[in-house]
Amino acid sequence: MADPATLAPAAEPERGTTRDALRAFWADFRRNRGAVIGLAVIALLVLVALLAPLLAPHDPTQQFRDALLMPPAWKPEGQGAYLLGTDALGRDILSRLIFGARYSLLIGLMVVTIALTGGITIGVISGYFGGWVDTVIMRIMDVILAFPSLLLALVLVAILGPGLTNAMVAIALVLQPHFARLARASVMNEKTREYVVAARIAGASNLRLMLRTILPNCLAPLIVQGTLSFSTAILDAAALGFLGLGAQPPTPEWGTMLADAREFILRAPWVVTFPGLAILTTVLAINLCGDGLRDALDPRLKRG
Amino acid sequence: MFRYLLGKLAVLIPTFFGITIVAFGFVRVLPGDPIMLMAGERGLTPERHAQLMAQYGFDRPLWQQYLSYLGDLFQGDLGTSLVTHRPVAEDFLTFFPATMELGLCAMILAVCIGLPLGVLAAVKRGSWFEQISMSAALVGYSMPIFWWGLLMIILFSGTLGWTPVSGRISLMYYFPQVTGFMLIDSLLSGQAGAFRSAVLHLILPSVVLATIPAAVIARQSRSAMLEVLSEDFVRTAKAKGLGPALVVGRHALRNALIPVVTVIGLQVGSLMAGAILTETIFSWPGIGKWIVDSISKRDYPVVQGGLLVIAAVVMIVNLIVDLLYAVINPRIRHG
Repeated sequence: MADPATLAPAAEPERGTTRDALRAFWADFRRNRGAVIGLAVIALLVLVALLAPLLAPHDPTQQFRDALLMPPAWKPEGQGAYLLGTDALGRDILSRLIFGARYSLLIGLMVVTIALTGGITIGVISGYFGGWVDTVIMRIMDVILAFPSLLLALVLVAILGPGLTNAMVAIALVLQPHFARLARASVMNEKTREYVVAARIAGASNLRLMLRTILPNCLAPLIVQGTLSFSTAILDAAALGFLGLGAQPPTPEWGTMLADAREFILRAPWVVTFPGLAILTTVLAINLCGDGLRDALDPRLKRG
Repeated sequence: MFRYLLGKLAVLIPTFFGITIVAFGFVRVLPGDPIMLMAGERGLTPERHAQLMAQYGFDRPLWQQYLSYLGDLFQGDLGTSLVTHRPVAEDFLTFFPATMELGLCAMILAVCIGLPLGVLAAVKRGSWFEQISMSAALVGYSMPIFWWGLLMIILFSGTLGWTPVSGRISLMYYFPQVTGFMLIDSLLSGQAGAFRSAVLHLILPSVVLATIPAAVIARQSRSAMLEVLSEDFVRTAKAKGLGPALVVGRHALRNALIPVVTVIGLQVGSLMAGAILTETIFSWPGIGKWIVDSISKRDYPVVQGGLLVIAAVVMIVNLIVDLLYAVINPRIRHG
């Protein structure tokens, strides 16, 4: 158990300024070794994505016809020019992975932004007004949640047509109810508190009450859910790409790369190994960070 | 208990109708009308088109179409496949046992791995065992299982040659389907080696499908166990001088299991999502592969029917889990 001295600052967060809160948060977050490693990996990935044209040794779509299915450089048949080998069309795998980082991070960012904005809007309205508005909205969310997420995303993409943009829209739509439910629950929890009642008596409008008074106090669980959804989005988009419904070839998206590589798995395992490793590393780093965020932001779950 | 069930149904029944609206709406929002979809590439004369629209009732108002869709549904009619021309409901029953067998094995595996791992990690808090098992759980939780499946094939089927690459049983064996469960049917057939073949085909897909649920169960049972271990009654049990095995086994575990049961139930939905990927990789003839194939063949009645039935199955399983939860936790059903 934590001793009272360390619990005290968390119990009274309102006293400090934003900077103090951030400092306290960072102190908590830093203590979690896994979370710091995760954050470092994510920072590295962002750098790789930003500097992709400088870092990649080759153009990701250029086909070297004299080097088809070339093994990685450390194998006897490998060449130093293709560090991680080439795929069936003679494209450099390392370069494709480097450019693929852009797609995965973009997917995570876009999906979470859409799902978070939509979910918060719906959830806050639902929780704030209550009554039949709440009932109708939550029943619709229940319907979306009744379908296994990947199945619904799959069917949505079948309707919208395969492609990266449609895949992102579909995944965002499927993830959005989780945010709506969280936002609703926290709003319902907060709206009867004294500070909200005080603001209402002081004449604050509904919109101001929702967005300025209540919402900032509901953010912690939403941020944690956002991080977790970031990794779900990357996994689901890669799965859709793998099934041929996400990003289309020759886009160097990691899931799509795996789909292209499937027929060569026994002959050229490296074509399969590296894109998957990239997905796993990214998702793992984000989840490590998410765990750290949850422990730091949610005092109830704080380690002793 | 009965009131609890009624309360659950009051939420589930509207949700079910919502699901039917989604499935009904799905075919209607596709570009082109349903008759054009059925005709496919061949094309139709305008007269024939109008005749077919009338024959199938697509010229009626949408709400009438929906009502007749519901009517068909309650008679067990899910439509007819455009590709095989067989009733969708019949196809579903053909493919469902394969998914059920795979899903059950994966779930059993996930519980057998995840639960002891999580409980032990909580009991041995701060040890290297907790470190390693929880790191493994996090890796499992982050796993792109379609890649994981391919890696398993490379290692166990390719390099070691231990397991077959795809399907449910070797083509050498043929026997009638009695239960639809290959493990049971192969035993019933009495053919030498058939059961072994079925087991070997089942191992890799089950392990792949069990990966994420096992990780989630391990993480959840650890935190549930940690919470229970810090409670007063556990301290009392320890103070009475009970040994650690008795404290954990008789007092703590029972209470820690309650949230874990819910988590296991929640995994059914993600198991279905996982089945789509696992079945595709291992060419496992279940409903996941059935749906993916139907999407790529644009067999929309199958997608529509499959979507509905899968959601219904997940819903029913979740209801059963909720009821079980109420049985083991009296606070819920009287709350």
